[in-house]
Amino acid sequence: MFGFTLHFSRWGAAVVLFLSIASVVFALPNAIPLSTYESLPSWLQLPRMPLGLDLRGGTHLLYSIDTVQLKKDWLQTLQTDARRALSEEKIGHGGVVIAGGQVRVNLKDPSKLGDALARLKKLAQPLSPSLISGQSSGGLDLAVAPTESGAITIEPTQAGILHRVESAISRSIEVIRRRVDPEGTTEATIQAEGQDRILIQVPGLAPAEVKARVGTTAKLTFQLVDQTESVETAQANGVPPDDLLLPDAEHPGSFILVHKEVLVAGDDIVDARAGYDSTSGGLGQRAVSFELNGRGAVAFARVTRENIGKRFAIVLDNKVMSAPVIRSEIPGGHGQITGSFSLDEVNRLSLLLRSGALPASLSIIEERSVGPTLGADSIEKGKTATIVGFLAVSGLMIAGYGLFGLFSVIALVINIAIVVACLSLFHATLTLPGIAGIVLTMGVAVDANVLIYERIREELRGGRGIVGSIEAGFDRAYATIIDSHLTGLLAALILYAFGSGTIRGFAVTLSFGIVSSLFTAITVTRLMVSTWLRETRPTVLEI
Amino acid sequence: MKLKPLFRLSQKTNYHFVKYFKLCLGLSIAAILGTIVLLSTSGLNFGIDFKGGTLIQIQTPVATDAGHLRTTLSHLGLGEIQLQAFGTDTEFLIRFPEQPGGPDAQKVAAEKVLAAVPAGSKELRREQVGSTVSKELITAAIWALVFTNLGIFIYVWFRFEWQFAIGAIVSLIHDVMFTLGVFAFFRLDFDLTIVAALLTILGYSINDTVVIYDRIRENLRRYKRLPLGDLLDLSVNETMSRTIMTVGTVFMALLALYFFGGEVIRGFTFAMLFGVLVGTYSSVYIAAPFLIIIGVKRDWSGEKAGSGQKNVAVPAGAKAKEALPFQDGDADEDEADEATKPTSQAEASKAALAAVSARKGGAQRPPARAKGQPRGRSKKRG
Repeated sequence: MFGFTLHFSRWGAAVVLFLSIASVVFALPNAIPLSTYESLPSWLQLPRMPLGLDLRGGTHLLYSIDTVQLKKDWLQTLQTDARRALSEEKIGHGGVVIAGGQVRVNLKDPSKLGDALARLKKLAQPLSPSLISGQSSGGLDLAVAPTESGAITIEPTQAGILHRVESAISRSIEVIRRRVDPEGTTEATIQAEGQDRILIQVPGLAPAEVKARVGTTAKLTFQLVDQTESVETAQANGVPPDDLLLPDAEHPGSFILVHKEVLVAGDDIVDARAGYDSTSGGLGQRAVSFELNGRGAVAFARVTRENIGKRFAIVLDNKVMSAPVIRSEIPGGHGQITGSFSLDEVNRLSLLLRSGALPASLSIIEERSVGPTLGADSIEKGKTATIVGFLAVSGLMIAGYGLFGLFSVIALVINIAIVVACLSLFHATLTLPGIAGIVLTMGVAVDANVLIYERIREELRGGRGIVGSIEAGFDRAYATIIDSHLTGLLAALILYAFGSGTIRGFAVTLSFGIVSSLFTAITVTRLMVSTWLRETRPTVLEI
Repeated sequence: MKLKPLFRLSQKTNYHFVKYFKLCLGLSIAAILGTIVLLSTSGLNFGIDFKGGTLIQIQTPVATDAGHLRTTLSHLGLGEIQLQAFGTDTEFLIRFPEQPGGPDAQKVAAEKVLAAVPAGSKELRREQVGSTVSKELITAAIWALVFTNLGIFIYVWFRFEWQFAIGAIVSLIHDVMFTLGVFAFFRLDFDLTIVAALLTILGYSINDTVVIYDRIRENLRRYKRLPLGDLLDLSVNETMSRTIMTVGTVFMALLALYFFGGEVIRGFTFAMLFGVLVGTYSSVYIAAPFLIIIGVKRDWSGEKAGSGQKNVAVPAGAKAKEALPFQDGDADEDEADEATKPTSQAEASKAALAAVSARKGGAQRPPARAKGQPRGRSKKRG
């Protein structure tokens, strides 16, 4: 017994009526055409259901960050930093090498071990407190320790790597946002997914366009060209340990040997513009001119001053864009990248450089896109299916239960209104499976009414009076309704927890549908039936 | 306002479901074994969600012969490439597996495909899933099924008895296996939406089962000495009109989706249509009769009485009143109610006999006992 009787207090009835009307009001904005909706004054623009990518067309991309490369890059930076630190302290070393996920420093003079250790320990950075919980590394991103043989190892800690990946993800998200949605006008969703993934959802854009905008890492570095050895010997005898053999973008198919050490990095770029090569009087090749920040400008000036006459390579994403000879010191931090670019390419490159480099390379592991025609088609089909489904279910209910069937159809309308209103208010995205969920809800929701009505019939046959049968029918059906709804809801919630993308939309509408049909069965139908009983005082029950 | 029902489903069906239990169980076990054989040999026809690879939906400017296009595509050397007409003869789904060489190779392959389809074709949809993601999706799908079954098992156990929980879970596993079997047998595309359908089928099937179980429990309290087989038959018959009506409305909704909802969700709707039938069948022919196999507690009388009176034997007469307490135990009304039951004669005499020995348990029971007890267990059913 749930203590439900047919009697409603004035207040109870008012609350049910208010909730029903409110849900219809909040569902209405979805029923009017978009143009009409937009012409309404803003205070009347109640929220609408956001449509999923499968309905409005758009692109869903799941990127995975290259953590291996990220770690490799870090070790390389550490190698450079360690060398610099030791030479600043004037400690001679017998090689700083990367081996087995750590940087190993061999010292020439074992007595300097203490000094070297003290200096190298300063390379380690403290981690923010939230990340160090449970870590034994003392909250540093590096573990610097002497080995038994008198060398020193520098190894990123687990927490340090985690922090790196995490910050690479959040920086990547910022960079991607600037690239994909520079004006902040599209409703692009760019968010972290799991530990090392980024989900990008852009409505209204084709995947090729989104991918081009996300683009490459745009990692720009300046490295010296190794002119002591020819490319041919390097190819024949192996690349020297401190060098890299990179493809030459100016001469496809050929390579250039550059030093690994990065002199200036693209992180220091503050501005980049598309234009023409200034040295050829504005008539020559297209070029991207860039401007460095203070630190970058100082480093750039120093490097160019110290290496006059040598070639230095402008490397973009591991390709040498150009490798000019340094003629003089370049102060002020201005430079340009020339190449045989198309207009689109210079524009894109300057945007990429402006938005900053991605801290690591990203690869697409999942891609889903829907064209706008298919989306519009799906909306139309969804509408038709909903209308047909509604008519069919209503017809069956009225045919089966007469006036009581009509009551349940009204309850069904309110039920759907509640689902739509909830989706709108909670900004839950409507997907095509979501529409399927609504249609399915219509079929399942009337089950509560069926249970009640069948029970009423049983009670009538048992010889009870009209009021008694109705009361007993409602009362006895409730426990079953609650049991069957809760188990159904359980399945829907688990589907939500494990589902992804559009499937979630289905789980959401189904869950809302189950809960709201519980509400309408317990209150709305009952209110209608009790009002009808009171007003008409029937002598025969046609059910 | 006069609005009469156009039809009334027969309320007094008297089918012998339990009689066919052995036959049904045999058939179901055979079907499930068949499914297991199918799954371990040819397996499911996994879509790209679970296998990795690319799916492209194209629309050709003119009607195109699928066989011809398939031949063209198979010469691209992209491995096992599938072409499937999608509703009309101008829309096609093309699927090819993950190419060796990473995302770039996949992109090149997609370009090759788009170059091979008739000129002027439009790309309507593309889905590309890498093998890491597809493996995760499989794991997630399996966990979802396991957790749903487990959750339902615990719920039914809590609300009923463990025997009911086992019966429910057996019928749910039956539904999943049956649906999987059909997908394996007809080589239908098995993707994420089908998993969603499976979970929804579980939700629907348990809904159906719980309604019947509720009635069984109610009847267990009411007819203490009725043979279990008859009692199960009676319960299923009593809920039959509801079962048919609900299957009817759900089927209406699903048919609307199947015929008007478009090709994209047709696989999902098909699974649902099939699953609803299987779910209904299993509730009636498997979940209910299964209680005979494992047996079920017949004495529900002492069921957690509020004041710690456990398992007090309550005679059938008192029982019958408890089951119908809402009209102040009015004897006439109760009898009228009983008269509609097939066993009313027997029950009435039992009640008369039992009334003599009713003092002990019945009389001492607090009045609240009849109106709802703790744990909802012995609440009256609808």
